[in-house]
Amino acid sequence: MTSNRPPILEVRGLRKSFGHLEVLRGIDLEVLPQELVFIIGPSGSGKSTLLRCCNRLEEPTGGSISIDGVDLMARSTDINAMRRRIGMVFQSFNLYPHMSALGNVALALRRVLGRKRTEAEALALAALARVGLAEKANAYPAELSGGQQQRVAIARALALGPKIMLFDEPTSALDPELVGSVLKVMRELKAGGMTMLVVSHEMRFARDAADRVIFMDHGLIVEEGTPEQIFSGPREVRTQAFIAEIAR
Amino acid sequence: MDAWSRFLDAFFKWQLIERYLPAILDGMAVTVEIAAAVVITGILLGLVLAILRAFRILPLSALIVIFADMLRALPPLVLVLLVYFGLPSVGINLPSFAVLWLVLSCVLAAFAEEIFWAGILSIPKGQWEAARSTGIGFVSTLAYIVLPQAVRLTVAPLTNRTLAIAKNTALGMVIGVSEILSQATTGQSFAGNATPLTMGAIAYVILFIPVVVLGRWLETRFAWRRA
Repeated sequence: MTSNRPPILEVRGLRKSFGHLEVLRGIDLEVLPQELVFIIGPSGSGKSTLLRCCNRLEEPTGGSISIDGVDLMARSTDINAMRRRIGMVFQSFNLYPHMSALGNVALALRRVLGRKRTEAEALALAALARVGLAEKANAYPAELSGGQQQRVAIARALALGPKIMLFDEPTSALDPELVGSVLKVMRELKAGGMTMLVVSHEMRFARDAADRVIFMDHGLIVEEGTPEQIFSGPREVRTQAFIAEIAR
Repeated sequence: MDAWSRFLDAFFKWQLIERYLPAILDGMAVTVEIAAAVVITGILLGLVLAILRAFRILPLSALIVIFADMLRALPPLVLVLLVYFGLPSVGINLPSFAVLWLVLSCVLAAFAEEIFWAGILSIPKGQWEAARSTGIGFVSTLAYIVLPQAVRLTVAPLTNRTLAIAKNTALGMVIGVSEILSQATTGQSFAGNATPLTMGAIAYVILFIPVVVLGRWLETRFAWRRA
């Protein structure tokens, strides 16, 4: 773990309610540069909401979030400029069906960074190459497998040069045989020094790729530690129950 | 005279066809002009209203909904008469052509707004989220992600509605716009024979069948590439 460097993501006392339902009840979390933090927990524990608060797709009800030292909640913060630095990958890919893979990746480069078409497409092609899909640049999402679509979605986020990547159950919508290709790309990102916050059920991936595993339940962080600590010797009863449940 | 010749005499009398052809052709030109103007302004206005509604500014959305509901509820004929005979009393004198264009444009805009709005709503939330998560702003997301997909979905219902409204150009007859039906009924009264009306009917078919075919073609053309 890289120490002595300020965290890329710093979450303090984060709360989020939907009406009367309090989904996040005070979360404190730091993600250091190049760290891969893995969030596990039962469904409804607030994992995805936490992730979605980190780029304000969900508006937090309380607490603070800063990315690379910039307060995400401050009025003076340009949220669109910040979102470029926060890559997000969704469970359902959410590729734009009316655009080719290249178009999907190049759009934000052109419309947000204002790159010229040729320049944006060169950058997009490089991003597609990083996920092993340069040869599918002209394919439309409907012509790609789920695993390929998710890799294009990763390239779309990657092309903007993010400081941190948020993965919201990136393999949950995939057929089992396609999961490996996405995890391989995530491993390569990790090896390349990308800072990542991952919500997922891929426990084997967590074991061998995560620096830290966080167990959430009922809107709170119950326990955190190395994968070894969480998976082999959890201290909290709720963590033990969850680990026992998924190990069956 | 047998039944067949009586039928031909009533609906397809050759001398009358020759006599009224120029008038019907003039009527076709007028119908095309008004219909084209109505389609362009009606669809554009409908699209603009749907886009404004997407901003979800409550008072504005309420006005748009009221506009759309009123104009969809009222029979276009009522509106045509109301505007044509009502506006002069408040000092506004519009030519009958302009009244017909204005009323039908608003009616088409009302329906088009609802169709575009339904299209915008049918785009999954994930599309918005994906775009916004890459830092693309609301307006650009609407312009590059949502509308291109929404418009494709609306081609079929919009074509049907546009046809229905364009055919309402025949309402111009009651306020003296010299479109097809107007020319045909005038011919019918002078000749005491239905032949000019038959010609009018044929004129409508000639004008609108290609639009139906175009609609079908657009529908296949705009379905985006699938595996």
